[in-house]
Amino acid sequence: MSEVSVTKDATPDALVALSGVNKHFGALHVLQDIDLTIARGEVVVVIGPSGSGKSTLCRTINRLETIDDGSITIDGKPLPQEGKELARLRADVGMVFQSFNLFAHKTVLENVMLGQLKVRKTDKKAAEDKARKLLDRVGVGTQADKYPAQLSGGQQQRVAIARALAMDPKVMLFDEPTSALDPEMINEVLEVMQQLARDGMTMVVVTHEMGFARSAANRVVFMADGRIVEEAEPDQFFNNPRSDRAKDFLSKILHH
Amino acid sequence: MNVLLDHLPEFREGFLGTLAITAASAVLALVLGILIAGFRVSPIPPLRAFGTAWVTLLRNTPLTLLFLIAFFVIPQIFFPGTSPFVLAMGALGCYTSSFVCEAVRSGINTVPIGQAEAARSLGMTFTQTLRMIVLPQATRTVIPPLSSIFIALTKNSAIAGAFSNTELFNVSKLLSDKGFAIGWIFLWIALAYLVITFTISGAFRLLERRLEVAR
Ligand SMILES: Nc1ncnc2c1ncn2[C@@H]1O[C@H](COP(=O)(O)OP(=O)(O)OP(=O)(O)O)[C@@H](O)[C@H]1O
Ligand SMILES: [Mg+2]
Repeated sequence: MSEVSVTKDATPDALVALSGVNKHFGALHVLQDIDLTIARGEVVVVIGPSGSGKSTLCRTINRLETIDDGSITIDGKPLPQEGKELARLRADVGMVFQSFNLFAHKTVLENVMLGQLKVRKTDKKAAEDKARKLLDRVGVGTQADKYPAQLSGGQQQRVAIARALAMDPKVMLFDEPTSALDPEMINEVLEVMQQLARDGMTMVVVTHEMGFARSAANRVVFMADGRIVEEAEPDQFFNNPRSDRAKDFLSKILHH
Repeated sequence: MNVLLDHLPEFREGFLGTLAITAASAVLALVLGILIAGFRVSPIPPLRAFGTAWVTLLRNTPLTLLFLIAFFVIPQIFFPGTSPFVLAMGALGCYTSSFVCEAVRSGINTVPIGQAEAARSLGMTFTQTLRMIVLPQATRTVIPPLSSIFIALTKNSAIAGAFSNTELFNVSKLLSDKGFAIGWIFLWIALAYLVITFTISGAFRLLERRLEVAR
């Protein structure tokens, strides 16, 4: 597809650009020569077998994992070394984890306010207004004064999305956001993400939810053994994968 | 019995002396211990190395040796004229800080790594993450070992008595040198220590329960 060739050269509107990225965990070569460009407003779904390096890829984008070589730029700026500048850049990259990771000792409202107060230095009133608005938007406005442990998994994950959105991120990273959820809660989270995609948020989503990929993604990136094996539009990828690895993988996840 | 009544001012001064040296050293140990624990988990290698060296050195040196260094080396080379109280506080505080550091560090390790990752991905700095997210959640696990550490500190403060500080142990030695019945002296001194150590463990148990209620 034309998608693939477009992403090869650095488009002026590239928001996240990885080029020649390599990473090892000891002897394990988890990321091998990764080139990936994500345009502003684009929704990219990353899919692939367990252990293929999807989480690691996601985490290198805000430098929760360091890379051995290659370069990663966000909005044209290369990721800096650990320090104040990296912290500032991370504030522009929202991250949603599989295990929610809400601050256990803070209320839902405080969770969504903390980054605004301590990183963006927003004043308290404005931070609270915004937090409440975001909590309403993800449908947990009535839970504002509870602690995370008092919420269901689906509610916690929606709070986590609100917490990330409170920073006004340029891009949102989701690492299997629904994998830890009971089936009946998956949709409430996917709906929030779908709405986000419609609103034009740039998103990188590691997920096996094909319904979401088909309806919200502009592009599917298929990873196996630390490499990007295939990139395509969702319909093409799911109906007509080119690589054998992808065919094999899809036949496995479609057969149960 | 009479020893106590006849020498009430001495006993009182000894008691207050022990209390003062213990409290001052405890504050120093707590501040240093938390700071060094921060160093030990910091992303900056030289700070980590410093933290490791600090703990290894202080925790494995006999306290008496630290007192000797504090009283005979430090004033000679660095700070002449430092008062015995400050020197004793330095020795006790630094020694105890290595234990506080390890207790705090093991508390930090009980906080799930995802908590710190979430904070960092919001753009919080390492110090903010440690101070606002990790340490508050580590507190509950750190309280019980901290209680033991401060009780040990109270008893260790007796060494300060041998280095021209007025405290309980020093008073007991003074009186027994004067020929008073050693059994009675020891009984009263032991009771005085018990008052302090019971207060510490009580206070910490209260703190532990308070933290439990607050989630
Ligand atoms: N911190 C680490 N230290 C060592 N090895 C690691 C570390 N994190 C991940 N790995 C290894 O790197 C490989 C890729 O891991 P990664 O979590 O990126 O895979 P994944 O595609 O997200 O898999 P899953 O679908 O199971 O989440 C795996 O083999 C994993 O065991
Ligand atoms: Mg993963």
